[in-house]
Amino acid sequence: MNYVYAGYGVTFVVLALYALRVLARGRALRRALPPDER
Amino acid sequence: MTSFTPPRWLTTALFLGAVAFGVAAAVDGLWVMGPTAEQGDYSRLLVVHPPVATLAYAGFGITALASILYLVPRTRRREWDLLAGASAEVGVVFCGLTLITGSIWGRPVWGVWWTWDARLTAEALLFALFLGYLALRRVPASPHVRARRCAIAALIAVLDIPIVHYATSWWQTLHQGSSIDLLQPDKHLDTAHNVGLALGFISLSLAFAWLLVLRYRVEKLEARYEDQALTVALEARHAEGRVEVGV
Repeated sequence: MNYVYAGYGVTFVVLALYALRVLARGRALRRALPPDER
Repeated sequence: MTSFTPPRWLTTALFLGAVAFGVAAAVDGLWVMGPTAEQGDYSRLLVVHPPVATLAYAGFGITALASILYLVPRTRRREWDLLAGASAEVGVVFCGLTLITGSIWGRPVWGVWWTWDARLTAEALLFALFLGYLALRRVPASPHVRARRCAIAALIAVLDIPIVHYATSWWQTLHQGSSIDLLQPDKHLDTAHNVGLALGFISLSLAFAWLLVLRYRVEKLEARYEDQALTVALEARHAEGRVEVGV
């Protein structure tokens, strides 16, 4: 079952990390832009 | 030109749906669904691997469609280019997951992490092609020139999808063919595996849609930031020019 857990775990972790990266990039850009451009 | 921005409630609904169906899919796949006679417990990876592979196709398909809409003068809008870029990046994440989960499945079932099988090789090529597409998007150029050359590159890269999909029919491959064929009633899964596969498809499709909406928003912010940086640079150049001529 270890391979099965690894398959599920990798999928969840990769998607979660990617989502966090996208959210962080969005926040950084919003801070860099003037309020009327956000 | 009106600018489409996905509403906030949509991202919240997609996120909550992805989490709820994701938990259901994981519980079903790991503890409810039984092992199969052919692959034992490893068939539980069916909940994850086919959905991520299909959603990688979907990501690149959206990129190709948006690229066509950008290339056709009548439908040309910068937003199509932004959608193409956002979808390609999400597609690359799902394509990478396809290769990783496939490798994890292959090790216990085939005995190897990787083999130069037609399906696997074509999938790795698809991953490399769209990584190249993402690199091309970072090459400095005016927005229109960049969008046009990226759209052409996407339409070339997407030609690999039918090769990936039909590789198991066109060549003798270690990778198994499709487990389900609606046109062949004898080629089907049992109810428990069908439910697991459906839950996997629903949860990962919702996650894909959520990520695509988030990434599209960021792509729009990046475009605005780029435009603003260009405006600031041009104003600085004009100011320098005024100083030089002594105005």
